[in-house]
Amino acid sequence: MLEGWSFVGPAMLIILGLSVFPALWAFVLSLQKWNGFATPKFIGGANYARLITDSEFIDAVVHTGVYVILFVPASVLTGLFLAVALNRNIRFIGVYRTAIFVPFVASAAATGILSTYLFSPQYGLVNNVLRVLGLPTQGWLEDPNQAMIVIAIMSLWGQAAFTTVIYLAALQDIPSELVESARIDGASRWKAFWYVIWPQLGPVTVFVTIWQVIGAIQLFDLVYTTTRGGPLDATKTIVYFLWEKAFKNLQFGYGSAAAYLLFLVTLLITIGMVVYARRRNLEAF
Amino acid sequence: MGTTVRDLSASTRLAEPPSPRRRRRISGWHFVLAPLALLFMTPFVQMLLAALAPAEELVRFPPPFIPSRLTLDGIASLFRDTDILRWLVNSTIVSLIAIASHLVLCSLAGYGFARLHFRGRDFGFIAIIATIMIPTQLLMIPTYIMFSRLGLIDTLAAAFVPWLASAFGIFLMRQFFLSIPVELEEAAALDGANKWQTFLRVVLPLAKPALATLAIFTLLGAWNDLIWPLVAINKENLFTIQLGIADFQSTRRTQWSLLMAGNVVATAPLILFFLFAQKHFIATMTMTGLKG
Repeated sequence: MLEGWSFVGPAMLIILGLSVFPALWAFVLSLQKWNGFATPKFIGGANYARLITDSEFIDAVVHTGVYVILFVPASVLTGLFLAVALNRNIRFIGVYRTAIFVPFVASAAATGILSTYLFSPQYGLVNNVLRVLGLPTQGWLEDPNQAMIVIAIMSLWGQAAFTTVIYLAALQDIPSELVESARIDGASRWKAFWYVIWPQLGPVTVFVTIWQVIGAIQLFDLVYTTTRGGPLDATKTIVYFLWEKAFKNLQFGYGSAAAYLLFLVTLLITIGMVVYARRRNLEAF
Repeated sequence: MGTTVRDLSASTRLAEPPSPRRRRRISGWHFVLAPLALLFMTPFVQMLLAALAPAEELVRFPPPFIPSRLTLDGIASLFRDTDILRWLVNSTIVSLIAIASHLVLCSLAGYGFARLHFRGRDFGFIAIIATIMIPTQLLMIPTYIMFSRLGLIDTLAAAFVPWLASAFGIFLMRQFFLSIPVELEEAAALDGANKWQTFLRVVLPLAKPALATLAIFTLLGAWNDLIWPLVAINKENLFTIQLGIADFQSTRRTQWSLLMAGNVVATAPLILFFLFAQKHFIATMTMTGLKG
């Protein structure tokens, strides 16, 4: 008995102490008005009521949604395409894989700073290429309509490796006889992929999609290191909003309420996707 | 989701040269993969070129694609004029403590949950796994208040305490220990070894691949973390490397040579690690969706 707890106790104490305890506390905070110094005031659901009518918060939800729509399908499709392309034994395949996987280790801070350089309207490579091609240059991160697109592109650069590796592992689990027999039966490469391989990838697709959605909803780092929520708040996401409220304006209660709504949305999306997958018999978990 | 540590390295090796008997024709996939590989490398190449270019060329208009000469002035001024060395040391301390603690605590707990029998074990494990669902952003505000009461804000401890152990780490190690044949441990027990001796002498030496995966997971997380140190550390001499380079953005705007030199210094350690331990990194990526 004691022996068992001596093995698991220390780690458990740290994990529960740094997650369950603060999670409960965050809920209490979300029902209070508190700036960290004065006496906290209990205000019930007022923070939540204020949030759902706060146009700044609603905008943040919309901006986050735009990013999810831009990023998630692109990252899943890119991962699938790269995995299919990399899943073969040709010359230099190791070099190709390394080149595509290395960006995964770049931090969000480094990626963000690099984005501001590559997409700098005056000095950046991207506009420089457009100039040479005789095409109109763009404002990119300085243009409210384009900033989120640039952030999605650079996220894709940094994270394509993840979806690719997951799909690559799944592809290598598919018995090659399945594809071979389809090909012998006269199926074209494309048909073999569509009717034999793709159905096998269903559960993995559900898994990476959920995972990418959860990650995308929590976008913060890249925004912080590129636009700081600008231009004209066009890239202010939910997490950026809550960080600003809590740690710039010291509205701990209001920030906690936003965090709880974020948690709720994440939970609902996850449950929704799992239920959808079950209905279509794509057991991912 | 499969939970075995995969080994993609076998097929990562360069293809065998074509046999003289049957000359293989060049695969059409090269025309897809080569440009893509180039595209993925372009940002890094730009970063490196800008870090090594003379500073004045980077703000010339129109900017040259290739610098006229390469110089270490940017890197030298980075180490001379900023606290980057201090930040590198800070990040190294934070990452090493995080990795050491993760390896010890998570392998102990993983083994306990996999092999020992005690009251409350299954409930404890489920409680830990359930915490994976809680987004870190939800925990940030109360953790900040808690740490400031404990006097941890603006210390390096603030950066590493959240990385001392993780639910994912315990899960990973438990899965691994479950996959080891139980007969090995039974044999050790027959020889009179107690649980601790069995764990340290018999089981742990077998766990090297899982420990490598766990170490890389922790390194990537602790080294690259931005939002939490941003909240918990405000003193410049305590910045982690990520905080430091992010801070350059407001203080060194458009000093591209310095900014990119900072980027190179912050990223190079992980890139080098990746090149040497690609197999383990890929295993780690297969197991996690770290980085958000």
